[in-house]
Amino acid sequence: MEPGEFVSLVGHSGAGKTTLVKMLLAEEKPSAGSVFFESINVHEVPLRRMGDLRRKIGTVFQDFRLLPTKTAYENIAFAMEAAGRSEDDIRSDVPHVLELVDLADKMNNFPDELSGGEQQRVAIARAIVNQPDVIVADEPTGNLDPVNTFEIVQILKKINDLGTTIILTTHNKGVIDSLKKRVITMDRGKIVRDDREGKYIL
Amino acid sequence: MIEKVNTYYNYMNWVTTKRVLRAGFLSFWRNAFVSFASILVMTVTLFTVGTTMFAGVILSSALTELRDKADVNVYFTTTATEERILEMKSSLEALPEVALVEYVSREEALAEFRERHANDQLTLQALEELGQNPLGAVLNVKARDISQYETIAKFLNEQQTLQTGAASIIDKINFYDAAYRAALERLQNITDSAQQLGLVIILILVAMTIAISFNTLRLAIYTSRDEIHVMRLVGAGSFYVRAPFMVEGMLYGMVAGVITLLMFYPLSWWLGALTGNFFGNINIFTYYLTNFLTFFLVIMGTGIALGVIASYLAVRRYLKI
Repeated sequence: MEPGEFVSLVGHSGAGKTTLVKMLLAEEKPSAGSVFFESINVHEVPLRRMGDLRRKIGTVFQDFRLLPTKTAYENIAFAMEAAGRSEDDIRSDVPHVLELVDLADKMNNFPDELSGGEQQRVAIARAIVNQPDVIVADEPTGNLDPVNTFEIVQILKKINDLGTTIILTTHNKGVIDSLKKRVITMDRGKIVRDDREGKYIL
Repeated sequence: MIEKVNTYYNYMNWVTTKRVLRAGFLSFWRNAFVSFASILVMTVTLFTVGTTMFAGVILSSALTELRDKADVNVYFTTTATEERILEMKSSLEALPEVALVEYVSREEALAEFRERHANDQLTLQALEELGQNPLGAVLNVKARDISQYETIAKFLNEQQTLQTGAASIIDKINFYDAAYRAALERLQNITDSAQQLGLVIILILVAMTIAISFNTLRLAIYTSRDEIHVMRLVGAGSFYVRAPFMVEGMLYGMVAGVITLLMFYPLSWWLGALTGNFFGNINIFTYYLTNFLTFFLVIMGTGIALGVIASYLAVRRYLKI
């Protein structure tokens, strides 16, 4: 994969998309082969250095995975605190990034007071706030209606235009077809197609 | 340049501490129900620890009181002069083992005897018929500890044999009565084993309650396992995930400690009034007030240590990702 690319991963449920993402985050270990981020084998990173690696990869999940006891603002601030950023940075960056995902007016709401689309936008804001090199979005639109799906994809595209590499897994045909970017198709754990400007073909 | 880097690190350390404290307080406050339950269980534990401290004092003071009941009586012959008896008294008082020597003169012994048998006409009549006082003077000797009566008795025996030339003034020493010795030994055994049994029961109780509050904290953190997982995926270091939980545990311990200390105030007052006479000269309430600092340190220390250690261990298993 090249820096600055926007790659979509498609395939049936159980084709191995999520597993691939989990291996990239060292959440799971591969049974064969190895995973490299830049020139680092992610499964040889010791546990206490793992945070440094994960902060270079922003992650967005299908089930949002926000911290339920923290407000939207605090969820994003937490990612910055974990990265050791200063209070001033946090005060200026969090509202800025919330504005980018169009949620500036809901920063003091808890996740269960937000709709699915809003929660996912908070999750994206959390993923990009530390300016990671790569954003991994694992079926970010899986739980959302078409309008929200479109919004999320637009946000991801905007982020990609700003120079961040994006890996998107999905099985939403409309999303893939509207993107007109590189598509990798997976089936039963193997890559079966890799198209430069792909369509959703199964 | 280096200085600049150092100040940056100092600044970050301070900022991290502040963030950890704030996160701990916030989560303590927002998970109010979990906090409430944990504090209740922790209070029970600390209450047990405090009760143990009281029980220890009550037990040992009751046992000391019981041991104090033992003494050795030296009966003198009726012909012994008061002068020689008082001489013996002062030489006994010079012994380091002796706590107190009480002199009962012949007249006092007689008066005591009359009083004791006030309802027994037959005995009193027999006494009248004797015409003279048949009782000798008595020295009641109290040792500092129950095990020291042997030494004192030996000393008295030596005194007796030393004075073989003159007629001995000592009629008998009750320490050499078989029944007396058996009773003394039994008292010693009972108080010793009561102390050991008390200690064992106390230790078992404390261990049990500590295990229970350990488990409660583990359950409280079990409910946050998904959160810990997300924190790790967002890239938080293990210290940064763990420390707020430890702050929370510390808060549980502190609040539970304050509750326990407050509860002991009316409780010890009530118990002190109720049991003051029974346990001899120890009043639980005044004991609590005079040793408040010890109580404070032990109970708060136990609470905080328990909360922090339990949280540290409970989070550990969810950090392995």
